Amino acid sequence: MQILGRLSRPAQGAPVALLQGLPRLPWWWAAAGGLVLLASMVLGVLVGPVHISLGTVLQVLVAPIPWFGGLASVDPGQASILWSLRIPRVVLGAIVGAMLATAGAAYQGAFRNPLADPYLLGAAAGANLGATLAITFAPGSSLIGVNVVPLAGFVGAAAAVAGAYALGQTVTGLRNTTGLILAGVAIAAFFNAIQTYIQQSQTNNIRQVYSWILGRLVTAGWEGVLLVLPYVVIGVAVILLHRRLLDALSIGDDEVTSLGISARRVRLIVVIAATLGTAAVVAIAGTIAFVGIIVPHTVRLLVGRSYRVVIPLSLLFGAAFLVLADTAARMVAAPAEVPIGVITAIVGAPFFIIVMRSTRAAAL
Amino acid sequence: MNDVVLRGVRIAYESEVVVSELDLGISSGEWLALIGPNGAGKTTILRAIARLVAYQGEIQVGGQAVAEMSGRELARRVAMVMQEPHMPEGMSVSQYVMLGRSPHLAYFGKEGHRDQRVVADILERLSLGRMAARALDHLSGGERQRAAIARALAQQAPVLLVDEPTSSLDVGRQQDVLELIDSLRAEQGLTVIAAMHDLTLAGQYADRVALLVAGKLVAAGTPAEVLTEPAIADHYRAQVRVLQMNGSGRAVIPIRGHDAAQAKNRLP
Repeated sequence: MQILGRLSRPAQGAPVALLQGLPRLPWWWAAAGGLVLLASMVLGVLVGPVHISLGTVLQVLVAPIPWFGGLASVDPGQASILWSLRIPRVVLGAIVGAMLATAGAAYQGAFRNPLADPYLLGAAAGANLGATLAITFAPGSSLIGVNVVPLAGFVGAAAAVAGAYALGQTVTGLRNTTGLILAGVAIAAFFNAIQTYIQQSQTNNIRQVYSWILGRLVTAGWEGVLLVLPYVVIGVAVILLHRRLLDALSIGDDEVTSLGISARRVRLIVVIAATLGTAAVVAIAGTIAFVGIIVPHTVRLLVGRSYRVVIPLSLLFGAAFLVLADTAARMVAAPAEVPIGVITAIVGAPFFIIVMRSTRAAAL
Repeated sequence: MNDVVLRGVRIAYESEVVVSELDLGISSGEWLALIGPNGAGKTTILRAIARLVAYQGEIQVGGQAVAEMSGRELARRVAMVMQEPHMPEGMSVSQYVMLGRSPHLAYFGKEGHRDQRVVADILERLSLGRMAARALDHLSGGERQRAAIARALAQQAPVLLVDEPTSSLDVGRQQDVLELIDSLRAEQGLTVIAAMHDLTLAGQYADRVALLVAGKLVAAGTPAEVLTEPAIADHYRAQVRVLQMNGSGRAVIPIRGHDAAQAKNRLP
């Protein structure tokens, strides 16, 4: 897991003050993130209409391992619930949360805008439109063996971000974050309008489209996990590899160019990677809001602003946050489920206001 | 091999020509001050050498055309200190200065022990060692200027471009910064090209001065040759007295209109 960041030891010969000033991933925060994620996943697996004890969960988990497998007998019904419903759902939640939080941090770094997230730049609206088109006009079809829904989501998200990018550049230039946010809002509004029109005019699929837009982690088996995993692995890996360069971008395009770094290239690659992953998870899990804002900003407030810290910790805490939000979504109105996007927005909206106030709109 | 040559350089923003037909040569280890009234194109010329603006004509560094170099290669040869460098809130001095090592790292590369040693040496040299872990937004104006110079020095480039190095500094800090650049030039043989609005400081620190007016080079030579009362009256529309300092050094002192009339009467 070298990609998660070097838990550096002091270099010999360099003064202590210098090393203190260099950003590094604090190992205790990384360990805390790992533990919180593990605990939230265990909690997520335990919660459900059928009571399953922690002991049973552990037995089910070790059962496939040859040496441990024979030690205890496991109820096949409970094993089936865990393997085909709860565990894939929790794993999917962790993947979606990790991707959205990482993509949010990446967008903020690439655009040097603390208020940027996939949703504000129109990627989610684009994915919504793409997936709605796919669900409505090509239900259940696949292209080269891949389900067409995430593909359509990806295309929609890429078109939205590219549109916001181009519009922001033509209006005020990419250094002006206000122009970028307004461009994202305009593109999102446009895409949402088309999406709503299609949804209203093709009422056969309205339930499926609605359920998908509101955000949910309902999954039977591992299909959803396997569908998003390649996109997320590539997206997250590319973003993690750009941590140093995202820090460098923070000094501005001109200055970073004078250091021999192509700001345009870094921004393009990071945006493509973040959009790829976001599109895939939005297509599977719907429009889950605010994860990309709340998690990176919380990490910034608590640990530090360097992307070498923000990105790996956003990945861990984003995964944990979404698993907990999904658990809450299942518990709040049990046996019914509250859409997970509602839970993240209830926590996220007030937080978003605090972030805007604390930045004193300087970024605008 | 650190000389900089500009031949027939023309720079335009859309249809507005900012610099026209500029020919200028700066020898290795020389300090050239670009002077001129506001809007003369001083900053634009520095930005063209650093390839931050498009230009026509030819700019060479060490005998090689800037246009043919990769971004990293250029950044290993030319470092630039901006007039108002952007200093991200919360970034530490050492992280900021470490960014100067970027031209020496691969795209996905990481800073190693050698980079840490280079940065540590520069921080010590610029008296920033004790504040390496401090956030940039907690620095004074003089310390910020030193941090910006430190970042440029971390590039270990033989050519240093400096845009208005003393703006917004008090007289003591102005002297500190220019003495620092001068001593680094002496130690490391840096070629320094600085846009300077303070003619006295330009006249004392630069080996040569290039006077630009509306994007055209009107005079180039030693401070003694360029910084004359008639030239400054013509091009800056300012009444000044020019005093000789330390051989070829010059101090330019603005004088009030009334005194200017009297001074003019006294001239032979």
